[in-house]
Amino acid sequence: MDISHEWFVGFSKSFGLFYLIALSIGITAYAYWPSLGGRFDRAAKSILDDEDGPAQEIKSEDTPCR
Amino acid sequence: MMSNLTGAERTTAMTIAGFGALIGLAMAAAGHGDPMGVHGWIVLAFFGVLFFIVASALYSPEPVEDRALSYYDDPTKVGIILALIWAVVGMFMGVWVASQLAWPDLRFEGAWSGFGRLRPVHTSGVIFGFGGNALIATSYHIMQRTSRARMPGQISPWFVLLGFNLFCILAASGYVMGVTQSKEYAEAEWYADIWLVVVWVVYFILYMRTLSRRNEPHIYVANWYYLSFILVVAILHIVNNLAVPASWTGAKSYSLFSGVQDAMTQWWYGHNAVAFFLTTGFLGMLYYFLPKRAGRPIYSYRLSILSFWGIVFFYIWVGSHHLHYTALPHWVQTLGMTFSVMLLVPSWASAGNALMTLNGAWGKVRDDATLRFMMMAAVFYGLSTFEGSFMAIRPVNGLSHYTDWTVGHVHAGAMGWVALITFGSIYALTPVLWRRETMYSWKAVEWHFWLALSGTVIYVFSMWNSGIIQGLMWRTYTETGTLKFSFVDSLVAMHPYYIARAFGGLLFLTGACICLWNVVMTILHVPQKAPELDYPTSSEAMEPALPAAE
Repeated sequence: MDISHEWFVGFSKSFGLFYLIALSIGITAYAYWPSLGGRFDRAAKSILDDEDGPAQEIKSEDTPCR
Repeated sequence: MMSNLTGAERTTAMTIAGFGALIGLAMAAAGHGDPMGVHGWIVLAFFGVLFFIVASALYSPEPVEDRALSYYDDPTKVGIILALIWAVVGMFMGVWVASQLAWPDLRFEGAWSGFGRLRPVHTSGVIFGFGGNALIATSYHIMQRTSRARMPGQISPWFVLLGFNLFCILAASGYVMGVTQSKEYAEAEWYADIWLVVVWVVYFILYMRTLSRRNEPHIYVANWYYLSFILVVAILHIVNNLAVPASWTGAKSYSLFSGVQDAMTQWWYGHNAVAFFLTTGFLGMLYYFLPKRAGRPIYSYRLSILSFWGIVFFYIWVGSHHLHYTALPHWVQTLGMTFSVMLLVPSWASAGNALMTLNGAWGKVRDDATLRFMMMAAVFYGLSTFEGSFMAIRPVNGLSHYTDWTVGHVHAGAMGWVALITFGSIYALTPVLWRRETMYSWKAVEWHFWLALSGTVIYVFSMWNSGIIQGLMWRTYTETGTLKFSFVDSLVAMHPYYIARAFGGLLFLTGACICLWNVVMTILHVPQKAPELDYPTSSEAMEPALPAAE
């Protein structure tokens, strides 16, 4: 297949348009997916108190009673 | 700093520094008589100093505490200081070249001190030196906190930070010697470009490895912005700098592209340097430090995801708006223009998201200059993105292009948005990093805020005035159809605005000097503060700091 200037323009104007629309729909669906709301809220709040060092593996003998 | 490295790490660091020094020696020998030879000596000195710093501490005691209990902040601290030093140097160069435009005698007759050589020292100094170091330092801080994980190694963060600074030094010293590729914001020559690729790949791997160790289920949005910055800058840098060296022993190279392809590649790079170096990374800063400082989560996390993808997908297409009315095909110009206008939507979504986060915290904005820096940065982000979309419209660009309006627009973004969010983040970060009670002088932060704001406003207004006058003078015709004003006429008309612009820049530079002084005094003189939170987590507290993983 000969890849000419016209071919590139046609490709950009057809595939380019549809892939951008598909991406927009996909991302909007992801951002507003109802079950992800809790995860996003937790993430937004997670940065407010994060100076307590890396999360640690809790050793079994030190595990507090719950 | 050295006491936190193990013996094995010190040996590795010494090996890398020794290898780097050998490369420097080879460059100095091969490039004798060429600027590349001078660069060889600089590389040799840079790695030689590092080699001896590591060697002198090779056998000192090794760290004993469990490092998995804390974040690795040493490179972040050095990065913040380096960023501020570059800020002072880069902004001083800016004030100098601005003054040369008003008073040309300030060139002092040197070849090295002409506008054409010092201007890239200014642009690279502030964008890469100040902005780049601030981005690397804050990214180290944010990726560890948001992942609740320590960085995987202790050598690669130093390699990235110091290696990047070596690139900045090679770039700036090269410009002064007349070494340039003549590509805006990509002036550095081929060997410096190759070195930056190595550094950048290590940076990307370091970031991905830290994220892969995360103890949070979700990757916080600030990391998305930082990752896009790292990934896309790598792509842009490699493609735009594809070149064939004229010889292996000299600095000169020839671009792989020519003509309009070269122009398009350069401005695809150039505008995406604005996008992915000067916007997405700093949005990462904004999305982390602004909510944290305000003590409130971001107004809409979902909107931050939408605007992230909007910015990423739209920005990559807009470069051609730099080439309106050129040999570039008309449809490519129109494409760039259309995407530039569409870009306003995600840009304002980000700016609005930041400002809405402050709703309910306006009392803090009034009292806390640090938060005010961030608020004002969001305002300038909104203003300059609106202006950018507007100027990308072809007929508007016909008036604005090649005039000082463009310069004013760039500085509204660089000073008002990029520098203000960086200074705000540095003021928020310094007491946390060095575990100090507060900044040394809150009055100095206030002074800095008002100097920076007034400097930016004076700068931008003078450039708006001079730019529009220039644009109008260049398109004014007489009744007989000839141009009414010569170029020199427009230059004379610019004189008062050039003085005002240099003054605005001087105010901004003064603020940056105050910031460096304040940070140094904070480190030296403010008492230590024990962290309020259980840092590091101790089992005696009888409660885990965090569930290990959800």
